[in-house]
Amino acid sequence: MSDLKKIKDELLSKLKSKLTLSEINQIKSDLFGKNGLVSSQFKKIGVIAESERKKFASELNIIKDELQDLINSKINEIENSEIREKLQKEKIDITLPERPFVRGKIHPVSQTIDEISSIFSEIGFSVEEGPDVESEYNNFTALNTPDNHPARDMHDTFYLDEKKERLLRTHTSPVQIRTMLKDKPPFKIIAPGRTYRSDSDQTHSPMFHQVEGLHIDKNINMGHLKGCLNYFIKEFFELDKIKMRFRPSHFPFTEPSAEVDIGYEMKDGKIVIGEGDQWLEILGCGMVHPNVLKNVKVDPTKFQGYAFGIGIDRLAMLKYGINDLRAFFDCDYRWLNHFGFDPLDVPTNYRGLSR
Amino acid sequence: MKITFDWLKDHLKTNLKEKNLLEQLTNVGLEVESLQNLSLGKELFKVAKITKIMKHPNADRLKVCDVNVGEKELKKVVCGAVNAVEGLVTVYAPPGAIIPKTNTKLVVAKIRGVTSHGMLCSESELNLSDESDGIIELSSGFEKTIGKSYFSRSKSNLIDLSITPNRPDCLGIRGIARDLAASGFGKLIDLKEKKIKSNIRQILKVKIKKEKNQGCSIFGSCLITNVKNTESPQWLKKKLISIGQKPISAIVDITNYVMFDINRPLHAYDADKIEKGIVVRNAKLGEKFTALDNKNYKLDDGMCVISDHKGVLGLGGIIGGTRSGTELDTKNILLESAYFKPESIRTTAKKLNLDTDAKFRFERGIDPLSIEDGLNKAAILIKEICGGKISKIDIQKIQTYKNKIVKFDLNLLEKISGFKISTKEIFKILENLGFKSKKKKNLFELTVPSWRPDITQDVDIVEELLRIIGYDKIKTIDPIKERKKSTLNRSQKLFHFLQRSVASKGYLEAITWSFTDSNYNDYFRESKKEIKIVNPISSELDVLRSSIFSNLIMYMSKNLDRGFKDLSIYEIGPTFTGSNPGEQNIVVCGLSAGKKSRLSWIEKERDVDVFDVKKDVVQTLIEAGYKSEEFFIDNKSPNYYHPGKSGRLFLKRGTDSVAAYFGEIHPNIIKETGMKTESLVGFEIFLDNLELTKKTLNDQKKKFNVSDYQKSERDFAFVVDKNVYVQDLINAISSIDKSLISNIKVFDVYEGDNIPDNKKSIALSVTVQSLEKTLNDNDLEKINKLIIETVENKTGAKIRS
Repeated sequence: MSDLKKIKDELLSKLKSKLTLSEINQIKSDLFGKNGLVSSQFKKIGVIAESERKKFASELNIIKDELQDLINSKINEIENSEIREKLQKEKIDITLPERPFVRGKIHPVSQTIDEISSIFSEIGFSVEEGPDVESEYNNFTALNTPDNHPARDMHDTFYLDEKKERLLRTHTSPVQIRTMLKDKPPFKIIAPGRTYRSDSDQTHSPMFHQVEGLHIDKNINMGHLKGCLNYFIKEFFELDKIKMRFRPSHFPFTEPSAEVDIGYEMKDGKIVIGEGDQWLEILGCGMVHPNVLKNVKVDPTKFQGYAFGIGIDRLAMLKYGINDLRAFFDCDYRWLNHFGFDPLDVPTNYRGLSR
Repeated sequence: MKITFDWLKDHLKTNLKEKNLLEQLTNVGLEVESLQNLSLGKELFKVAKITKIMKHPNADRLKVCDVNVGEKELKKVVCGAVNAVEGLVTVYAPPGAIIPKTNTKLVVAKIRGVTSHGMLCSESELNLSDESDGIIELSSGFEKTIGKSYFSRSKSNLIDLSITPNRPDCLGIRGIARDLAASGFGKLIDLKEKKIKSNIRQILKVKIKKEKNQGCSIFGSCLITNVKNTESPQWLKKKLISIGQKPISAIVDITNYVMFDINRPLHAYDADKIEKGIVVRNAKLGEKFTALDNKNYKLDDGMCVISDHKGVLGLGGIIGGTRSGTELDTKNILLESAYFKPESIRTTAKKLNLDTDAKFRFERGIDPLSIEDGLNKAAILIKEICGGKISKIDIQKIQTYKNKIVKFDLNLLEKISGFKISTKEIFKILENLGFKSKKKKNLFELTVPSWRPDITQDVDIVEELLRIIGYDKIKTIDPIKERKKSTLNRSQKLFHFLQRSVASKGYLEAITWSFTDSNYNDYFRESKKEIKIVNPISSELDVLRSSIFSNLIMYMSKNLDRGFKDLSIYEIGPTFTGSNPGEQNIVVCGLSAGKKSRLSWIEKERDVDVFDVKKDVVQTLIEAGYKSEEFFIDNKSPNYYHPGKSGRLFLKRGTDSVAAYFGEIHPNIIKETGMKTESLVGFEIFLDNLELTKKTLNDQKKKFNVSDYQKSERDFAFVVDKNVYVQDLINAISSIDKSLISNIKVFDVYEGDNIPDNKKSIALSVTVQSLEKTLNDNDLEKINKLIIETVENKTGAKIRS
């Protein structure tokens, strides 16, 4: 047993001095390694007299645990002091810039389209699309605007052939025609997209965006139209109260037709939408003209409903305080960065349209 | 259409205020565009008298006048008018007044060395007429009003209405008054119009030729002989001026007045210049005439002309000719009041690119029954003002107008609007609008007034009723929050996903025009068809884009010029392959310029390169749900990319449609467009070529199956021919056993010392892991051997020892 005592005393004296982690590991393997001092003691268990064996083994185990504990706590102590030393040394200027990153943005028109789709989704509209290049028939004739109709003058049209049969759509309304020809009623769709008019000045751009709405079913009347737009406008501007006015107007493809104004006021040179006493025109709408329904083989005595067209760019301008329409398509880095949205800001019903 | 409340009151009896009027106009669908006070500032123009005239010391033609403007001191005014004489009563404009003709503010100014305090005005300067020879000469009666304002203060504002194209009747003041009266805003005054009483025959023969597509169906006329054309009386001048018109001469002013008052365009000919009567006929190809706008027009077959035996006098319903125009010395007038068909007017005016007041009205549809009213009203006024004798009215017609009949079911109003009103009220409104009604069983037969060409069917009646009752009476029915069909289809979902996925990689989304500059487009068009716009707004926007790159490069260049160096922009939108509907593709196109980590204290700066855009493309596609293990990439790309540093990506080996191109933009394009950047790389993802999975995101996920058995990583270095793709090595290794090879990484590519010239060394780390057991040394050795053998056999590589 004196061997063991000796081992323990030696270890205790060694541990008193300052040791590195590798030194203590060396001591550990000297004791517990394959041929270590302690390990070799264990080998003795088999050879000593049976009468003493039990006692020896038990004492050996006790001393082994003691030694291991001593070493482990020493290791622990060394590690802790190493970390302390490290912390003493390691100090940086935390105000130095983070690693560089770049941030992308979503164009306000795309964001607005997503907002609009999200709002109409909630009340059961689905999204349809149509091509930018349209036939003269779909863009005008089928929409009850025959050739030589003065209403065509309101659309300065880009043509792609001399015969004027192919054109860039002047509104999203041809999607109504495409949708109704493709399917059977009821229809409940919106169709956002690019539209074109050969008109270019401060407030007109040769390309802009519209969203078309169409709801055809058995008993859809102007009350539904009013309710739908009222809901949309409130949701879009995220306001509880908003003044709205429907007034008679004329579009060849709707009868009766209406234009919708919303209330606003000027505050510090900025338009504030809501309850001011000024009126701002924001969209055109009406009950789909029976002639249009006949053109797409829908029986106007059985089905009726409404359609509307809204300028998306204009909505975006009003909501986000953008003054210049032309800037939308000018691709100025500073503008895109300023008015753009983070790609993670996906407008949804449950999270809200905007933060 | 410009109106005043005062003029409206000729037709409308009302006690209501202008404020109510504006509201009511908008409520019935006659949108008020603007309101303007024409008399604002006009009080400054004063009646004045020239008391003394002196010669201008430095100019022969100028005079220096002492002018009495009703103040103590006389004003010194320099004037060049020949008719400026001592004692003349005229109109004086002080400094500060705004001259209507030029819309400029008058200031005290030195004219050839003499200071002029104000100005003496001509009629033309005050927009009173075209008379610009000399200053206004007022009658001696005005001497009492020296110092007083020349213009009487009008409280009536100029109201500009936006009349929709379906309402020609409201291009006359009376039509507007009728709508207002029907809506309860006052009472329409019943005009007991005088009729011509004459027993003189209209001796100029008029004939409408019965031709195919004859544009004129009725031609009414009367002769007025021995007139003395003159200046219009004050009341008439004021009326026209009040709506922004300029008086010209009594005869022209009267025809204009009748046009604005009851929307009945008229035309006055100098009867003495008409050779042997009028023939209304189709023009012959190439026929010419000079119109009142002093332009020569070459006519086309089938345009409706008014002619005499010498040739064309005018384009019916559009513009008269100089040959037969009335002048101040005109003695005998033929007054025309006709009906021209809207389609004919429009076709002709469009071909000749002509726009006149008459054309605007006729193409919308003039009341065919207003022919006699117009002649009566105008002829009697001409006689009153210019004297002369009026003939009987002569009417020629080749068609008789019949009022339209519309059958109307009263229930339709409720069906469309959602609310009911009493039958009594319905009929009161319709009667006030000029409809006549007759009950037939459950339907009503309504006779449409002749001034309403827009009303052809029952829903038109509903609109009439609704706009008069007021759209505010329509009840709001709240929408039901219910969705029966998914909002977006798969392709739309993919569109939105890609849009945000690319933006999340640091790209700013741009929206640029679908058209572009053909010069730029040609850089990216390859062999695609050029799609020209027939009528572009400018030569820089003359074609539909074949690629989004043309616009992005243009705008990238502008942004670089603004001083930004490191920039990534993208657009998702259409490119065009043909000029038929549907010949377009949706492309996500990105462009990245400059450096990464420029001037960073911590990261090493470097040029953006092809592997940056490759990452963006691959990551985007993986995020969108495509399997990168199946991607196949080669080095074939369109000619606008750098031929050695670009490629294309297929979602699967062996498919035809390219999912994406990516690479450096060709240096020639950078050079030719004059872009200044260290590096320019781009990509195009073709949405229409991306296969849409039928499965939902949930179905796409395989059963969750991971291995907790020990994995082994082993490095290999192969020497291969330079033209062998790394992709081939990876494919070879992963083809060995997909259940064992769990990951392959390329950690080094090396060319140079110790490697033969035409070879390169590729170092790969391969992770091997079994789903079933811990692999022992023996298993691993087998796999390693297999990896080396397979790669060597398939790619000609040699393992580096």
